[in-house]
Formats: sequence, structure tokens, C-alpha cells
Amino acid sequence: MDTFVLLSITGLGLGAMYFLVASGLSLIYGLMGVLNFAHGAFLTVGAYATWYTESKLGGVGNVGVRFVLAALVGLAVGAIVGAVVEIALIRPLYQRHIEQVLVTVGLALVTTALVQAIWGNDARTVAVPSWVGDTTHVLGASIPNDRWIEIAAALLVLFGLEAFLRRTRYGLIIRAGVENRAMVTALGIDVRKAFTLVFAIGGVAAALAGVLSGVYFGTVDPSRGTSLLIFAFIVVVIGGLGSIRGSALAAVVVGLTQQYVNYYGSVHLSALGGLGDLSVVLLLGLVLLARPGGLSGKLA
Amino acid sequence: MSAVLSIQDLHVHLGESHVLQGVTFEVPEGGVTALLGRNGVGKTTTLRAVMGLTGRRGRIEFAGEDVTQEPTHRVVRRGLGYVPEDRDVFAGLTVEENLRLAVRNGSANYDLVYSLFPELRTRGRQAAGTLSGGQQQMVAIARALLNENRLLLVDEPTKGLAPLLVTEVAHALEAARERTTILLVEQNLGVVRRLADSVVVLETGRVVHTGPARALLDDRETVHRLLGVG
Amino acid sequence: MSARQVRNVAIPVVLLVALAFVPRLSIDIPYVLGGSTDTPGTLQLLALMLVFAGVALTYDLLFGYTGLLSFGHALYFALGVYLTAIAMTKWHWSFAASLLLTAVVGLVLPLLLGSVSLRVGGIAFAMVTLAFAQAGQILVQQNPHKLTGGEEGLGVDYHQLPEGLVGVFNTKHLYWIALGYAAAVFAIVRWAVESSPGRVWQAIRENELRVEVIGLRPFVFKLMAFVLSSFLATAGGVVYLLLIGGATPEVTTANFTLTLLVMVVIGGTGTRWGALIGGALYTLLDHRLGSLAGSDAVDSLPSVLKTPLQEPLFVLGVLFILVVFFVPGGIARIDRLGRRPRTLQRLEEALHTTQEPA
Repeated sequence: MDTFVLLSITGLGLGAMYFLVASGLSLIYGLMGVLNFAHGAFLTVGAYATWYTESKLGGVGNVGVRFVLAALVGLAVGAIVGAVVEIALIRPLYQRHIEQVLVTVGLALVTTALVQAIWGNDARTVAVPSWVGDTTHVLGASIPNDRWIEIAAALLVLFGLEAFLRRTRYGLIIRAGVENRAMVTALGIDVRKAFTLVFAIGGVAAALAGVLSGVYFGTVDPSRGTSLLIFAFIVVVIGGLGSIRGSALAAVVVGLTQQYVNYYGSVHLSALGGLGDLSVVLLLGLVLLARPGGLSGKLA
Repeated sequence: MSAVLSIQDLHVHLGESHVLQGVTFEVPEGGVTALLGRNGVGKTTTLRAVMGLTGRRGRIEFAGEDVTQEPTHRVVRRGLGYVPEDRDVFAGLTVEENLRLAVRNGSANYDLVYSLFPELRTRGRQAAGTLSGGQQQMVAIARALLNENRLLLVDEPTKGLAPLLVTEVAHALEAARERTTILLVEQNLGVVRRLADSVVVLETGRVVHTGPARALLDDRETVHRLLGVG
Repeated sequence: MSARQVRNVAIPVVLLVALAFVPRLSIDIPYVLGGSTDTPGTLQLLALMLVFAGVALTYDLLFGYTGLLSFGHALYFALGVYLTAIAMTKWHWSFAASLLLTAVVGLVLPLLLGSVSLRVGGIAFAMVTLAFAQAGQILVQQNPHKLTGGEEGLGVDYHQLPEGLVGVFNTKHLYWIALGYAAAVFAIVRWAVESSPGRVWQAIRENELRVEVIGLRPFVFKLMAFVLSSFLATAGGVVYLLLIGGATPEVTTANFTLTLLVMVVIGGTGTRWGALIGGALYTLLDHRLGSLAGSDAVDSLPSVLKTPLQEPLFVLGVLFILVVFFVPGGIARIDRLGRRPRTLQRLEEALHTTQEPA
């Protein structure tokens, strides 16, 4: 039982990070029709900005203060990078979707290479307050405290995004634009500002995922963005484009499935340790073959 | 009477098809101009081209200004309302949100809209996707009436509606006619007869007839030849 | 034969013959090659360029000619690399037997996976191919029964290889094999594209609906293209294995497929020479930029510029972005500079139901 609880909370923790990356991806594809391969780069940039700031803060306050400050810097960098990328690279290619996708691929390569060039391939440690590394006892299981942070952060973002989408004018524009972008312009609304906003939001969310991955794994490295991005794509397809709630649900399903199948598969079926990863990936294939439009029907 | 809309030598290609082959006509200010023609002749494409929703070549002047190069949202902000053929209401938004989205400036004529379509007020919180076809049509028309527009482009508003609803729509358009100019695409000749002051007829991507509505509609032979009905 | 037909055959043949003589010649292009062409190091590089020229062309067969965007092409290349290595090194099969096994699986696997993947189109197809490739990557990483070597990869057992292919002095043989591979892919793709099925592929890329209306079933033709393209990629994987001497998990990644995409776009999709140029150029830059970065010219730059330039992938990524912006037709269409090639236009239409203004 205690293993089950540990697996569940860990699955939720991972799911939290997938959700954070997927939410931005989902909005961007839903609203703009752009498959943003650079999303992993936003994550990497946010993670490294946090690590770098933390390393430069030296003796300021205690570890907790430094970490929070560094994280805030990381989030700000994520937002700015997201907005700048949209304005400089995506907007000029308006309505040339293939080129937009290709440009994000190029950007992903460039960013990873840049990070590798400056800081090398080795993983860098992120310093966190010591209580993060401790465990809490829940239902007999020892849960590492970082899981709570990830889950809390994801819930915050989920509620924040939902509130933004339901209660603000730009949220309204985005929700409508995801359904029918042409009609939104036909009502006299300049969707381009919404585009930049959505990229900025995606940048922040991905950067947050980057920061949290630093907490979860204890380190940041140049390939983190790419590896999480794949799972985010899976979540987006399963959960539905432009649907925040769908992404949240799918992220939970993916995270939990991965954990359960990885563990029980290796223990009871003496299968490979990666059976969970495999099954999640195949789940993507199955969903698409059954419903090429993704679960929400908006993919195709 | 000046023209609120002037279209000159409009060409549109959709895929490999040369749909509009040099469409030229004017919409005089005030009243209703009906855009007629058989199915597939390019009426909807013409409206979409004016809106900038499809690539086009030619010259478009709206309220005296050349708007050919302007993006859709900017042309619309000059006072252009659009009621598309498929209504295009946002299914995931409520009725109230659909209307609110359309509001351009601070002031919106909710009084007019709710007096014409009282149901929209009562169903304000209902998701637009759950409305009937007729109710969605009301939302689509209401959107265009909320703002002060110099011209409304209305595409087949009575399509697929029961006779009672057709009358309601016609009534709404009559109310609109008092406030703005309308370019109306419509297959229902009864509605055209009731509303239209002048007509423009398209055939194979070109304008083949313009003139007063009554004169054309009374000429059964020509109506049959050009529109294939009657 | 018309003048154009003569030219179309003559140019590739002349090129082939010229390239075949390269190992006998002693050409040294400073900075670019890092050594003269009769040295094993340079021949190895040239051979790699040829292999990737061929593999990039196999990707273009799908992307540029048939209008299919696959994110999982790496799977079939990796199949060639890993299966041959495993058969020889872990199961101690002979070279010939390993080749045969790889050939058979290289036909059957894309047939199976393609039949499944092609049930959907557009983005969904891209994602399904990605899913299958990811499954392959995970499988390799998990190192089942210690077969794949996991993160560290798998070296090839030299005893199983024919003598002529082993050893530094025989690099020129490997070069010729790579040249043969590239030439074969070029010839096969050329023939396939200009054959009747090939015309159907291009018709499918242009307008799938119309192909159906004529009474043909696009699915069968797409599957043909998919199997051919994947099989040729598997063959490339085998040649790559011979060149490198081992299998590494890098070739199973989505990144690898994206690299092929970059090669094809830089070179010019859907053109006769584009993919070849892109594949060769990318490989050259990838290997040589690192050394170039150590040169005096770059050394004198301020470190802000110097650091990123030392990373080949950075330069390649920037180059790629510039190409997409300013020369979307690629190098092969450089005479048309900024104009967007129809290949991309059609691909876009195939991938998106445009719900937006033109």
C-alpha cells in the first residue's frame, strides 16, 4: 500500500510537470496552429536562468530565499523569451505554418546547443531548502517533499489559467480564437496580440516546469527540455488541443500510468523497467488511431 | 447617393478554381442590396473577399477609403459587420460571451438586440453550442447589430430555418435596415422581395445584372434564367 | 533521347565516376576537409557525408515527394544499425546472414507499422510515427537481455565482418560502399518518382481527394512510398554501422529524425539534388565546424561570439532558421530565393485544415 501511495504521488508530481509544459503547447497549437518544438527550449532556458541566478546570488538570505528569487527570475526569463520568439520568429511567418514549425525546430536545436556551449553537458545542481529533500509520511509511505511543491505549483497554474481564460477579455479572445480564429478577426479583434500573450504564457509555464524539474531531479541539464517535451506532446494529443482541463486530466493519467506500469511491470511481470514509458507512448498511438483528432477532436 | 462599398475587378482563386473573375459593383449607402445568383457562383466568396478572409486581387473601397491592403480586423473596425453563412458562433462560449466578444467600443446596443431577440437575454448563460440553428442565427445577427456599423454583410441568414424563424430574421433585418446599409446574400426570394432595394446578380464569377430589386423580381423569365428558380 | 534526358543521365553518371576516383586523388581543401582526400580520416568524413546524403533523400521521398511528415524515420535507420550489430555481435551470425535478417525485417516492419500509421493523416500521422520511434528508443535504452548496450551502445564484432571492410587502410572500400549506397538511393528514388506509382505519390501530395476520385487508393501508394523509404533508410543504417563500427542510441532519437528534416529543408525539399546536398552539407558542417572553431580566425573573436560558434549544432540551427526565413526553397532552389516552394504549400494544406484567413 505504501508503495502504491508513493507511486501515486510521484505520478502526480511528474504529471504536474507534464501539465505545465502541455498547457502552453496546447494553447499555442489550439490558437495559432503552430506545433511549437521550441517549447522544450523555453523549459531549458527557464531552468538554466534559475540555476544561474541562484549561483550568482551568493550569500543573499538563506537557501529558500535564494531559490525563490532565482525561480522568479527564471519565470520572467521564460515569459520574455516566449514573447520575443513569437514577435521575432513566428509573427513574420504568419500563415506559413510549416515554416513556423520548422523555425521552432531550428530554435530548439540552437537553444540546446547554446546551453551546451556555455555550460557544457554536465548536469548542474539546483540548491533547494533542506526540507524539500526530506520526506513526509502519508498513509504509511514516505513521500519526498518536492512532490508537494510540483503538485501545488501545477494546481496554482491550473486555477490561474482557468480564471484568466474565463474572467478576462484576453481569455475570452483566446477561447474563441481556439475555436475559430477567422471569426475572431471578423469581429474586429487583432488576434496577434493574443498570439504573443499565449507564447508568453507558454514560456512562463514551461519555465516553471523547468524550475520544478530542477527540484525533482536535483539538477538541470541541456537535454531536459527535449525529454519532457515528448511527454508533453503526448499529453496534449490525449488531452485535446486548446483545452487546459483536458491537459490537466491527461497529464494525471500519463504520469500515473507511467509510474504504475513502470513499477508493477518490472516487479510482477519481470518486464523492462521502462514498460511504463513504453505504454504511455503506445497509448498516444492508440488514441490517435482511434480518434485522429485527438480526444478532443481538434487535432486534425 | 454615395457608395458605402465599391468593389472593382475582384479576382479570387480557391485551389485551382478561378471563382471570382473580375467582379465589379457598388453598394449604395442606405437600404438593402441583395447579392443573388445560383449555387456555387461565388456569392459567399465575394463577401469573404470583402472581409479579407480569403486571398484576393482587385480593389475594395469601404466608406470611401481604399481598404484592399488592410487586415480584416482593421477593416471591420471601420464599421463593417459580418453574419457568415454558417453562423460561426463560438460553441464553447455562452450566449452572453458571444455577444460581449463582438462589442467593439464601450457602447453597445444591447437594448436593440434584446428587444429583437428576447431569448438571448434569457439564455445568456447557455453555451452557444447547445442552441438550435435558429437561436444561433439570432446570436450571429445580434453580434452584427451591437455595434454601429456602416455596412452589414449578411450571408444566407434564413438558410435551413423554419418559416416562423424566417419571419423573425426578416423582421430583424428590417430593423437593421433603418440603422445601416446591408449587403444581403439570400436564396429565399420572398425575403429578397420584402427587404431588397436593389440587386446584383452574379454568374460564373462575374456580375451580369444590377438594378432595382422590384424590376428584376417582377421579370419571371430573367429570374428563371439567372437564378434557376421560379 | 532529348537533350534534357541525356543531361539528366549524364550528369549523375559523370559525378559518380568522379567521386569514385576521389580516394586515389590527393586533393586537399584547406579548412573544409581537414586532410587530403586519400587519408582515411577524410575518406571517413566523405563517406559519412554520402551516407547521410542518401538517408536524407529517403526522408525526402516521404516529405518532399509524397507529402508525408514523419517524426519517426530514425526508427528504420536505427533498425539497420542495431539489428545488424546485434546479430553479428550478440548472436554471432555471419555478415551475410545478418544482412539478410536486417533486409527482411527492414521490409516487414515498415509494412506493419506503416499500415497502422497511415490510417491517419497529417499531424496525427506525424505523432503516431513519433510514438513508434519513441517506443524504439525506449526499447534500446532499456537494454533487454543486454542486447542493445543501452546508453553506451554496442560495438560491432570485427571478426564477423569481411576482411575488406575492416581496418583503417580499407576505409576507401567503405567510402565506395557509401558512394554506392548514395548512388543507389538516388537512382531508385529517381526511378520511383518518375514511374507511375511515383506520379501518384506526387499527385497525392498535391491533392489526395482527386486521386481518390480517379479511383486509386492513396493508402496503397502511400504505403509503398513508406516501405521503400524506410527500407532504404535501413540500408543506410547498415552502411553507417560499417563506417562507425558500432551502434549508439543517438540514432534512435526524435532529434535524429529532426536532423534529417533540417537536412532536407536546407537542401531543398522535393528536388532532384536538394536532399543530397543538404545531407552532405549538414554532415560536413557538423564535423568540421568544431575544428574550424579552433582556428585562429574564430579564436580572435570575443567570447560572446566564440562560445556558441564552437558548437556546430548552434551554427547549423541558425543556418536552418535563416534558410526557412529567406530561402525556404533550400539551396537547390537558390535561384528562386524568397519564394515559397509549392512542396511546402501543399504540405501545409495536407497538415492543417485551415480555419483562418488566407
